Amino acid sequence: MEFRRQQDCLEISELDPFLAELLRQVPESCNVEGVEAAQQRIFSAPAKDAEICSEWKVYVEPELRRLFHSATETVSADLEQLNGCQKPFANCTLRIPLENSDAWLNALNQARLAIAAKYNFTDGELCDHYRSPIGSRRDLGLFQVNFYGFVQEFILQELARGG
Amino acid sequence: MQSSIGSSVENPVIEQETSTAEELDVPWQVVVHNDPVNLMSYVTMVFQKVFGLTKEKAEKHMLEVHQLGRSILWCGMRERAELYVQQLHGYLLLATLERTN
Repeated sequence: MEFRRQQDCLEISELDPFLAELLRQVPESCNVEGVEAAQQRIFSAPAKDAEICSEWKVYVEPELRRLFHSATETVSADLEQLNGCQKPFANCTLRIPLENSDAWLNALNQARLAIAAKYNFTDGELCDHYRSPIGSRRDLGLFQVNFYGFVQEFILQELARGG
Repeated sequence: MQSSIGSSVENPVIEQETSTAEELDVPWQVVVHNDPVNLMSYVTMVFQKVFGLTKEKAEKHMLEVHQLGRSILWCGMRERAELYVQQLHGYLLLATLERTN
């Protein structure tokens, strides 16, 4: 897998089918419906005061939902490029338009936080970058969190470099 | 003799006072809490974007969050503090609004 910045996009090339599939799962991973821990993390309390929290639920949460949904919609549209990889097991290239980079950062963060909350990863697990191969759905979840973080880091670096 | 001013303010309606001006002026602070998932570089970028901080200052706050568990990013009127917390939640940071002691 290679990352590079082109004139008007961020390009991820030589994307193998497994990693391409993980990227395809970003929008789905952002869905926190039915996962209480993930919902609590994504829509965290703004204060200890109950009155502020209840007002927040009515006036601010719908705005946040719209914002998060808009980011995942943008990412879903960009990911349609990966459907063009006709041959099975062939590597793909994904181009993220620069104007969509904020939406990608947001959706990747939603996905990372939702997965981490769902599996209740410990600080130790999240910092263990030498973990043994994937042997369970939980291991795959941790791999996703790290891989999405890696993509986020690339986007941030390239945005900083580009000014 | 009765003052003419007195007759013009007969039966004034006094609205119930719900909070004093002093209470409304109590400064509020925007606090960001540590989160093991958010990347340090991401948190720094968010602080720069939301509060217009320099990279050095944003990194200082980010490290404070990372090492001490929380950092006060802003202090002032409630309405603006709420707006900052809303923006930070939009970036999925753990942020709260607290009344200063």
